[in-house]
Formats: sequence, C-alpha cells, structure tokens
Amino acid sequence: MTLQILAIILGSLTIGSALMVVLSKHPIRSVIFLVITFFFISSLYILMNAEFLAIVNIIVYAGAIMVLFLFVLMLLNLNKQAEPQTSLFTKLTGVLTAGTLFSVLIAALKDSLVLGKTYTAGNSQIGLVESLGNLLFSKYVVPFEVSSILFIAAMVGAVLLAKREKQIID
Amino acid sequence: MKSLTNRKKVVSDKPMTFTEKLYLWAIAKGMMVTFKHMLRKRKTIKYPEEVRVFAPVYRGMHVLKRDEEGRENCTACGLCAVACPAEAITMVAGERQKGEEKLYREEKYAETYEINMLRCIFCGLCEEACPKEAVFLTDRIVPTEFERNDFIYGKDKLVEPLDHRIDITKRQHTGKRSKI
Amino acid sequence: MDTGLLIEKSVLVVILFLVSLGIAAYSTYFERKLAAWIQDRVGPDRAGPFGILQPIADGTKMFLKEDFIPKNADKWLFIIGPGISMFTALITSAIIPWGTDLELFGRTISLQVTDFNIGILYLFAVLSISVYGIMIGGWASNNKYSLYGAIRASSQMISYELAMGISAITIILMSGSLSLSEIVEKQHGMNWNIFYQPVAFLVFFVCSLAETNRAPFDLPECENELIGGYHTEYSSMKLGLFLFAEYIAMFISSAIMAIMFFGGYNFPGMDAFSGNTLAILSVLAFFTKTFIMIFVFMWIRWTIPRFRFDQLMHLGWKVLIPIAIVNMLITGLVIALNQGWFN
Repeated sequence: MTLQILAIILGSLTIGSALMVVLSKHPIRSVIFLVITFFFISSLYILMNAEFLAIVNIIVYAGAIMVLFLFVLMLLNLNKQAEPQTSLFTKLTGVLTAGTLFSVLIAALKDSLVLGKTYTAGNSQIGLVESLGNLLFSKYVVPFEVSSILFIAAMVGAVLLAKREKQIID
Repeated sequence: MKSLTNRKKVVSDKPMTFTEKLYLWAIAKGMMVTFKHMLRKRKTIKYPEEVRVFAPVYRGMHVLKRDEEGRENCTACGLCAVACPAEAITMVAGERQKGEEKLYREEKYAETYEINMLRCIFCGLCEEACPKEAVFLTDRIVPTEFERNDFIYGKDKLVEPLDHRIDITKRQHTGKRSKI
Repeated sequence: MDTGLLIEKSVLVVILFLVSLGIAAYSTYFERKLAAWIQDRVGPDRAGPFGILQPIADGTKMFLKEDFIPKNADKWLFIIGPGISMFTALITSAIIPWGTDLELFGRTISLQVTDFNIGILYLFAVLSISVYGIMIGGWASNNKYSLYGAIRASSQMISYELAMGISAITIILMSGSLSLSEIVEKQHGMNWNIFYQPVAFLVFFVCSLAETNRAPFDLPECENELIGGYHTEYSSMKLGLFLFAEYIAMFISSAIMAIMFFGGYNFPGMDAFSGNTLAILSVLAFFTKTFIMIFVFMWIRWTIPRFRFDQLMHLGWKVLIPIAIVNMLITGLVIALNQGWFN
C-alpha cells in the first residue's frame, strides 16, 4: 500500500517535471527540469528494485549527457532579444506534426499488453548488478558486443573529425 | 668564471629523461621541502605583545629637540626644508620677544613647523642638514589616521615635551657640532 | 518497519551530518594553520587558545555579511546553486562504513547508514551530479568570469571522472563487489588494497584532487585568471556554502580513499579486540586514516603550483586514462590467471 502511494506520488512528480521541461520558456530551466525528471525516473526504478539501472541512469543521463547539454546552452547567448520569431505557419505545422506523432504513438501502444502484465515480486535480485552482468555476458552477449562495436565506430568517427580539422589548419 | 658562492648551477635544455618526465620524484622532493618548513621555527613576531628590536639608527617619526634647560633648539633657518627631497617640511620663522628666553635658545625661532608625514620618505637628510641639532628622526612609528590632514604634524606633535624627553643619544648625528 | 532501526538510523544521520560539518569547519582552520606552518608563520591564533574558535568567528562573519544578488542574475538559480553544491557534498556520507558493529541497549547497530549493494556506483553518481551546483551558480551569476569557472569545472569533472572510474574498477575486480562494506571487509587486518594497487591509488588520488577542485587543479576558482571563478558574484553565506562544500567534499573523498585503498576501519592486530572496544578502535582507525589523507590534500595544495588548463586536459585524457586502462587490464589478467581461466 505504501509502495503504491509512493509510486503514484513519484509518478505524478515525474510527469509534472517532464511537463515543465516543455513549458519552461528558458532553455536552461528546461534542462534543469529534465535533470529533475531523470531523478524521479531513477526513484521509480529504485521502487522496482532496479538499483543498478537507477544509478546508471543518473550517472549517464543526469551526470554526463545533461552536463554537456547545459555546457552547450551556457555558451550560446540565449536571451529574449535573440529568440527567433516564429510565424503562425511554423507554429501550426509544429502542432500538426506533434499531434500526428501523438496519435500514431497511441495507436501503437493501445493494443500492447503492458497494462495487463503484473510485476512478479518473486526474484528480488533481478535488478542487481550480479544477475544483470550474468545475463549480459551469457544470454545477451551478441547485442552487447554489437553495441560496443557501435561505440567504437562513433569513437573512431570523433577521432577522425578531430584529426581532419588539424590538417586544415596546417 | 669561478663563482664566489659556490651555488652556481649550469642551466641546460637537454630533453628530459623518462623518469624526469614522470615528475613524481620532483613532486616528492617539493613535498619534502614544504614538510621540512613545517617543522622549522616560526619567524612571526606577535606584534602587540612582542615588539621587534629597532636598530639604534631607525628612522621613524621626527622630534624637535630642546636643550638641557628646556629651550627649543630650532632657529628656523630652513636648511632642513631645503635639504628635504620630498618637500615635506614647511616653517614660519618668528623673533624671540623679551621674556621668552626660557622658551627659545636663540633670537630666532620657528613659529610654526610642519612636516607632512605622507610626503616624508624618512631619508634623514633633515637631520643631517640641521646645524643646531634640533631635528632628529626617532624610533617611534607614525600612527595611522583616517584623514589626510591628520598627517600634517605641527609643533604640538613634533616638539618634545618637557616632562617626557626623547632619547636621541644613539643617533649618528649627535654631538658632532660644538654646543653654542 | 522496525521503530528501533528508524531511531538508530536517524541518530546516525544526525551525528554524521554534525561530524561532517564540524570536520569541514575545522579543516578550514587546519588548512590555514598548515599553510602558515609551511610558510614559517604561526597562522590564526587570536580567536581562543591557539585560535581554535577561528571557524566560529569565520562562520559568524559569513552570516553577518551583506547577502547580495546581482541585478541581472537569474535569481532562482543563483540561490539554489550553492544549495546543490552543499547537498551533493553531504549525501555521500550515507554509504560510508564508519566502523564495525556497535552493541548498544541490546541491539547491534551498524555504523553505516545504508549498506547500498552498489555503493561505488552511488558514489560516482553523486560525483557526476555535484558539478551542477557550480555550473548553475556560475551561469546564473551572469558574469563572464563565473561562466568560465563553471565551464572549466564541468569539463574538468567530466574528464577526470573517467580515469577515476577506471581506477576504481580495479578495486571492484579485486573485491568482487560494488558494496563499500564488502570492499572494506576484504581488506581485513593489514591486507590493504594499496599494497596491490599502488598505480590505481595514484590515479584515483590525482582524480579526487581534480574532482574536489583542490589545488593544483583548482582552475574553476583560479583567482589570478578568473577573479573568484564560479563564486565571483557570491557573498555572505552563499559563498560560505560553496567554500564549505569544497571542504566537505575533501573530507568525503579522503574517507573514500581510506576505504578503497587503506582498509577503511581495519587496523593491524584488530583480531585481539571484539565488541564495543573493537567498534570504537575501528572508528578511531578510520578517522586517523581520513585525517592523514586530508593532511596530504592540504600539503599538496601548499606545495604544487596550479596547472594550466591545457596541461590539465593533457594529464587527464592522455596520461591518467591510459595508465588506468593498462592497470585495469593487467589486474584483470592476473585475476583470470589466478582463477585458472587459461588452463
């Protein structure tokens, strides 16, 4: 019962802060609300006994990616004068596109069985590091290695970009 | 050339070896230097309680001396003002009236005598220039003030009080001139 | 829920909070003393005997100063910046095992607020969000120098977190657990990790200097380039919180290093004691180690000059990360050999 109340409170806080990301006028505030949203999502993970996922979510998203977002936003001179004026037409198209995406999402998710499934509390160790590591290196070893190849490709690309820039300067 | 102190080091710009590039040894050496300093005797003098010993020829606040009978030595000749490289000294001369023989030693005396302590560089040339052994620098410190005007010292602050004579026997320029 | 557990944990949390604050306050005093001793001076000695009331005097001064918010600053963010710094500095102490179990009123009291089974990851999560206080504070000040300080802080923290994490992985490999209490128990007696992993310790130590923004890596507040860095516009207790957070972070990272490399609360000959005597002695051993680490932090600050920013990045990316990776690979190989993977 306590868990349910907690889940409802945290869930509504998550949705509230996620809404604030969209509704905030200032991009820096949006980023900060996004960070807060990540924290609430992590707390929901902890409620589901997925501590590893919760902490990694904070390290990766709140700690690294959002810091870089903030980093870039701080370097841009974002004030009210510099804000681009959007015409009524662009606004309308924006609303239309977002609305279409929303309806497609609803259509896709409406038949999914997420609501029907219940969480079985049989294995309380399911979200912990050890079981996760065992799964990653046995059952899911191929996707794991493929994703690491993806990372290496991205890194090589980054190194290449950095190198090429140097040649131009020379 | 042979150095006199034997502390000379020849500087070279040869590339650093691998162990030098690690900097670890250099850092450890630096840390040992600071650690040794931690154990050394402290050099601080805790001022209000402990006062540092002044040199006998320390050049601090000026004094206008009186002679043994308590008469002012200064005759307002202006040599100190001429000697002063910082133009800090001004004075107005006055003639001694009858009945003032107890106050001033000679017929001419300084009616006002002002030293601007903000201009003064405490070089001691006034002391050297004085033919009457009237102005001396002492080991007293000029106190701090909040207003510029307060740094212009008149005779009220410069002339030594009769009941509180200031010892200048250790100065370099005392007793050189014959007592008139 | 067990009421006794709730009470004992609350008491522990309050004690930890007060101890962290007290140690941070007295680190400021000790830092000034140490700086003075290294420079052949006496240091603060006017407030109370030997100046031991100096932190209280400093704190009072901070409270009584004018609290100024610049006109063009983002007021809301300007206020929460130092708060976030302080918060992130304080919450790490929750996972630190301070000593062996204490027995009081017929209960076994664990001297650890929570034995989080992924303690090290929690530590890195807190480290990675601790930059927000500085970033938000620096940006909200609406000052170029503050912004520079904030940007330097964030890039420095992101860079050094990697090497720190990789050097911590060696310790995780050796203990086979992410929980700090298990890492400590593996180092029972004198079986400390420092004897097996000196290179990892060196990398971890340099990185924690950088993560806590201590000299020689205090570029975010480098006064001869950036006036005051991220806290240029701050005054009064908000500035106090920023400065205080730095000292708490120093205390916590000293404690973490004591746990990961110097055996935490273990001390040689601890098997001769048991019960509450052991608990008290272990807490004393732990704090001794922590204080020695704090001393080394300060000693380094007053010995080594500050890095230039490109040198800082060079050290982080091109020196420490390769060393940490090679060290991790060698450790992994040795462990695999010991477990007979290649037979």
